Amino acid sequence: MSAVLADYGAGNLRSVCSALARAGADPIVTTDAASVRAAQLAVVAGVGHVEAAARGLAAHGLDDAIRDRAAAGRPTIGICVGLQLLFEESEEGGRGLGLLRGDVRRLRARRVPHMGWNTLRITGECELLAGLDGADVYFAHSYAAVPAERAVAVATVDHDGVIVAAVEAGPLAGVQFHPERSGAAGARVLANALAWSRSA
Amino acid sequence: MVKKRVIPCLDVAGGRVVKGVNFRDLRELGDPIELATRYSELAADELVFLDITATIEGRAPIVELIGRAAAELSIPFTVGGGVQGLEDARALLRAGADKVAVNRAAFDDPPMLTSLADEFGSQAVVCAIDARAGEVVTHAGRRPRGRDAVDWAREAVGHGAGEILLTSIDADGTRAGYDLELTGAVADAVEVPVIASGGAGEARHLAEAFDAGAEAALIASIVHERPERLPELKAELRELGWNVRS
Repeated sequence: MSAVLADYGAGNLRSVCSALARAGADPIVTTDAASVRAAQLAVVAGVGHVEAAARGLAAHGLDDAIRDRAAAGRPTIGICVGLQLLFEESEEGGRGLGLLRGDVRRLRARRVPHMGWNTLRITGECELLAGLDGADVYFAHSYAAVPAERAVAVATVDHDGVIVAAVEAGPLAGVQFHPERSGAAGARVLANALAWSRSA
Repeated sequence: MVKKRVIPCLDVAGGRVVKGVNFRDLRELGDPIELATRYSELAADELVFLDITATIEGRAPIVELIGRAAAELSIPFTVGGGVQGLEDARALLRAGADKVAVNRAAFDDPPMLTSLADEFGSQAVVCAIDARAGEVVTHAGRRPRGRDAVDWAREAVGHGAGEILLTSIDADGTRAGYDLELTGAVADAVEVPVIASGGAGEARHLAEAFDAGAEAALIASIVHERPERLPELKAELRELGWNVRS
């Protein structure tokens, strides 16, 4: 299937690309807005700051391409900062795409970044994490989305308090953890994601 | 809660995994990617590749090796050793490293941590600190720097480091346990996770490091000879009451 990784010039997409290929996709990494608009599945992955990622996307017109996909009901998945990008204001400065209502806030915990394997608790109906309640997945982040609508959050983890680990709303989905770095559980998330986008 | 991590460290020299005592008398242990894949299968939580000869010889980091590791591994890994500055760190992260560990270059130029954190996020920036008797040493333990390791850790985090990889040169390779006093002092002083390193011999030592405040423990020689020791160690830690991943 056609899956694109939106390349906004920050960070490395190689491991996500390899993991998607292992899950059965034929991923390409691209800065081309038309390709991002047309693909069956678009993945926005990355690390670092929401603002830098949003700027990087906008520089290639990929922000509008993703908005168009959402409007047309074509599936898009955000990974880590890619999830945070779906939301509005970020506490570290800057704005995301605002496709989902809510903000991105700094974690309040004894240890920040939240770094390592943590156990998923599925809190809502979601295809992306089917079969993964109680699975351990890998996190590495200092900020997290706080959705305005509770139902958007479909999984959480505990790190001195509840953190949103995954969101799903119509054609938009996101995971705060790194499926490409989460071993067998992560591979299952990506396989679910491909199945989800095929059926969308 | 986030689980305590057990992290095999692969010291790489000339493209091979090696291990020495007190950074000397290196012995060859095998191919880095093969060993890394094996550890991944045996539930390693992360891996660290340290190019231990890079700083001494001024050799550029092994970017090609990292590219292969990124494509083949499905657990996170950190790369360090020979990172001279921003461009080196960038090359490693672009090649596929999840995190880059910066040691001497950060000590000599702390604002480089800020530049890296601004560009890649703090979670990708590890400040590696080698200490002897609580003092920072660089150049693979050869050069004392007259700076308290706890002070430097605090400053490094202030500049943007998202994790501290703390190696006791005194304990390294001895299998007599981590430097708990130093580990505890650094863990108390910073809000970021601290990885204890140097001296692991048995599960009890890792448990002691976690007790002292470390979020993760680096291991090397105790698993390199027999990788199956890794899941045994984690099972022993669970029996001791620690929340580790199986």
